[in-house]
Amino acid sequence: MQDLDELRKKIDKAVAEIKSSKNLHEMRMKFLGKSGEISALMKQMKDLPPEERPKTGKLINAIREWAEKRFDSYEKELKAIELNQKYEQEKIDVTLPGIRNKKGSYHPDTLVINELVNIFAGMGFEIFEGPEIENDYYNFTALNTPKDHPARDMQDTFYLSGDLLLRTQTSAGQIRVMENKKPPIKILSPGKVYRSDDDATHSPMFSQMEGLVVDKGITLCDLKGMLDEFARKIFGEGVKTRLRPSYFPFTEPSVEVDVSCFECGGKGCRLCKGTGWIEVLGAGMVNRRVLEGCGIDADEYTGFAFGMGIERIAMLKYGINNMKLLFDGDVKFLKQFKG
Amino acid sequence: MLAPLSWLKDYVDIDVTAEELQQKLFSCGFEVEELTYIGKDISGVVVGEVISCEKLEGTHLSVCKVDCGEKGTFQICCGADNVKTGIKAPCALEGATVYATAKDHVTVEGVMKIKKGKLRGIDSEGMLCAGVEIGVNGDMFDGGDYNGLLLLPSDWKNGEDVKGLLGLDDYIFDIAVTANRPDCQSILGIAREVAAVLSKPLKQPDYSYTAVKDNSRNVTVTILAPELCHRYIAHYVKDIKIAPSPLWLRRRLALCGLRSINNVVDITNFILLELGQPMHAFDLDTIEGSQIVVRRAENGEEIVTLDDKTFKLTNDNLLICDGSKPAALAGIMGGLNTEIKDGTKEVLFESAKFARDNIRKSSRALGQKSDSSALFEKGINEYTTECAMKRALHLIEQLQCGTVTDIGCDVITPYSNTGTKKMTVSASKINALLGIEVPEETMADILRRLSFGVNIHGDELELEVPRWREDIDLYPDIAEEIIRMYGYEHIHGTFLPTATITNGGFNESQRAVNRLKDVLAAEGVMETSSYSFYSQKDIDMLLYPEDAPERKYIKILNPISEELSIMRTTLAPSMVNVMVRNMKKGNYEGCVYELAKVYLPKDLPLNDFPEEKMMLCIGMWGTCTFFNLKGICEAIAESLNINFEYEHTEKSFLHPGITAKILCNNIELGYLGLVNPPVSEAIAAERPMYVAEINYELLSECAKPFRYAPLPRFPEVQRDLALIADKSITSGQIENEICAACKYVTDVKLFDIYEGNQIEKGKKSMAYSVTFTPKDEALTNERIDSFVKKILSNLQYKLNVKLR
Repeated sequence: MQDLDELRKKIDKAVAEIKSSKNLHEMRMKFLGKSGEISALMKQMKDLPPEERPKTGKLINAIREWAEKRFDSYEKELKAIELNQKYEQEKIDVTLPGIRNKKGSYHPDTLVINELVNIFAGMGFEIFEGPEIENDYYNFTALNTPKDHPARDMQDTFYLSGDLLLRTQTSAGQIRVMENKKPPIKILSPGKVYRSDDDATHSPMFSQMEGLVVDKGITLCDLKGMLDEFARKIFGEGVKTRLRPSYFPFTEPSVEVDVSCFECGGKGCRLCKGTGWIEVLGAGMVNRRVLEGCGIDADEYTGFAFGMGIERIAMLKYGINNMKLLFDGDVKFLKQFKG
Repeated sequence: MLAPLSWLKDYVDIDVTAEELQQKLFSCGFEVEELTYIGKDISGVVVGEVISCEKLEGTHLSVCKVDCGEKGTFQICCGADNVKTGIKAPCALEGATVYATAKDHVTVEGVMKIKKGKLRGIDSEGMLCAGVEIGVNGDMFDGGDYNGLLLLPSDWKNGEDVKGLLGLDDYIFDIAVTANRPDCQSILGIAREVAAVLSKPLKQPDYSYTAVKDNSRNVTVTILAPELCHRYIAHYVKDIKIAPSPLWLRRRLALCGLRSINNVVDITNFILLELGQPMHAFDLDTIEGSQIVVRRAENGEEIVTLDDKTFKLTNDNLLICDGSKPAALAGIMGGLNTEIKDGTKEVLFESAKFARDNIRKSSRALGQKSDSSALFEKGINEYTTECAMKRALHLIEQLQCGTVTDIGCDVITPYSNTGTKKMTVSASKINALLGIEVPEETMADILRRLSFGVNIHGDELELEVPRWREDIDLYPDIAEEIIRMYGYEHIHGTFLPTATITNGGFNESQRAVNRLKDVLAAEGVMETSSYSFYSQKDIDMLLYPEDAPERKYIKILNPISEELSIMRTTLAPSMVNVMVRNMKKGNYEGCVYELAKVYLPKDLPLNDFPEEKMMLCIGMWGTCTFFNLKGICEAIAESLNINFEYEHTEKSFLHPGITAKILCNNIELGYLGLVNPPVSEAIAAERPMYVAEINYELLSECAKPFRYAPLPRFPEVQRDLALIADKSITSGQIENEICAACKYVTDVKLFDIYEGNQIEKGKKSMAYSVTFTPKDEALTNERIDSFVKKILSNLQYKLNVKLR
């Protein structure tokens, strides 16, 4: 009978030399397996005198339990070491660039139009898109701008025939709406417009957004209230609006609308040219002649209209300094507008 | 519109600063675009008296002692030829700023600061100035044009700042006048607004004159085209003495940028500025029969205007003629043959109202414009037409340059507007429009300040509209007059308290557009926008054949340039240009799209609204293939719950082997393909370019709503098939055949394609993964085998495709 203490020492030594899980398994088998050394001791029990068997059996079982615990605890230790090694091997440079799908982008006009629509949709405005090629009637005459009217000089018009032209203002759509829909009317009309102007601050094509409200008891104060809301939402809380007299043939009274400079808070800076105010749109109470021309009773209903240049809003909002960039298609420009 | 402060002060007692006045004008609707202080560049220049003057031998210089009163006496070296003891001249002391001139002593080259220095070794403590050096010309002050010292009156006090004395202490307002206020295109018009906004009385110009009885002439005026000439006033002035105008008159013209000609012409120009009424003066000796005939020109008739240009006229141009010949191009410019000359003895003044539209059209058509035509185009009123003649006759008297006779004509036509407009407005209606409560008395006060006649009867205001206010039409115009003077700061925001609740937002088709933009953004495509017009050259660039529908385009009649002269019939040329521009800037890779309209005429020349069709155009360039672009098309189809089919097709600008038309349910939606070498080489494109163009309206009609499809109750089965096919067989054909052969096939995916040594020549190997989805019961292996067998036999029979 092998000395049990010897066996204990042997196992201790073997465990100390184990390098890997695989090794550990082999060793465990070597000592604790069915044909392992401890089992072999058990088998030798039959050679012992019967009175010694219980005592020796106990000792062998004790050593088996001890060895199992020894292997188990060492296995735990080893696993932790091995996991750490694995972690170490698999460690990456987290500062390497991310892998991603290329994301496209939205034209600044699209972003601004959608933002405006969302603001005004909440106030009950529907969207109407009229044709870009209009006739003289819708673009001018019905907007209280007859043929000899000097206001026609305010806009250089591209003509396509004696009567057809590229609309110079989205206001043309006002008439189409009012001819077909009776008050209450609340519409927004975004779209491209065209003027024969091409320099640093003018583009022969640009986009406008027209707003029109016709209902009972609409006042200039309502126009102001709505524009205050618009200015806050587009340019930020605390931005105020200022109305000042102006002239458009299809509104009376007509106003030019400035917003307080959101860059300097009204103190005066380069953006607002030191005035503290930035001109953003034209507006006014719908001219009675225009309402009457569309068959709307101007004694029963009043209304207001406003029109703004989308590119102007986009340039102010995103700090774009050159209008030409909007129509050039340079991907270095386009990719910045992820929406 | 330029208005000098000093001139406005003739009519209104202005007791606010120029800056304050600028604010006031702004608040009532007259934006001052530029406020210029005339003497802004001049400082430290005083009256200096030359008390001794010695020539410096061998030079053009004189050494002077200059007495500048309280400022002291200074030694100054001066090169002017008119410097001598006893004269007074502007003296710029050390630290003063004056204009620097070029060697010619005429051209201003900037502003300079005066320093003490030495000239030829002699100390010089300042500079005696010429007019040009302190911004004074001959019309601003006598002698201002002299190329030497500006001589000042001997009674001016030595040492006094010259700016006030020479009128440099003045401001010019450059005012933006809106199109509804032609009456404010004049100094008096602006003065009226200034008086109203400052609540000051307006001092009227002097219109008085004394007419001398005269029978020597029989002046007649005949208007043959009253629709173009609504009113014509003529008056005869005799004993004319043509001479230079007095300084005050020249100065006024100069401040507003007009050159002085002679007293008679200057009177007409002065009135043009002061009242806004263009006038004309004819040399009556050249007016045959003392007859004025206002008529349309004959087609082909000619006139030589006083700038010596000859114009060939049409029946649309209005002429002022005498008994036999054209004498002036009405409202635009006088004729050379009837102009005022130094020897002119008799003058016929004209003050008339012409139809603004006709003047505008003639001026544009002939390419001839003037200050006069500019005013007529904006529109003038007959009150002013009447005043102007009186004012001219008054000035003739004041300048003592002629004798006003009692001979004159005033022809009023049915188009004339001589009456006073009366209207009654309701104060409560005005307040209802404004949304605030302006008291009736305040309204009346504002309107009186604006020269309205006002009577209050309870809520009603009975108004007499000033005759020059032809813009006043209905009560909202009155509301505007009130609020612009009352102040827009009184308008406080309210939020449609009376309005009906309405439902807003995008409609379905607008939402669909936004969804498409989201899909494209997710696919990495960037949205761009190009002009709706381009050039015929852009169409030619893509080699469209002569009879191509793309060449049936709408032309702009008055384009800015040839580059922007035709309306787009396809977005492809714009897209190709975008790609080329990008490559030229070093952006060698990219994918952009444009969703925009094309304009398709029903017939040409255009006489009816054309079709405006929304098109989607995608451009992709750089290291990409046909299939990258096709992948984007597939993503679009998937987002609309549809499938596209692709068939080889040809396009003039695309590679015939790498171009497909896009179909959905046999409807052709568009195409995609590689731009071919003849096109890309001609435009020097450095990378391959792919273009897809899809008719968005047809596409959106194909869209199908999403429906939930129940999940399969039995497991799906996949089988891989490796096939050998002729090279000419397309994958589309094989996929269609597989689907057609078995109703349980729900998906066919190509996962490998091979051509080469392992395969027979002219053949290709294609490997598909086919998905079978059971319907009512699970599919046994035996059934799947039988489906595969059927698929293979169909493939072999129809396409000669075999299992590898």
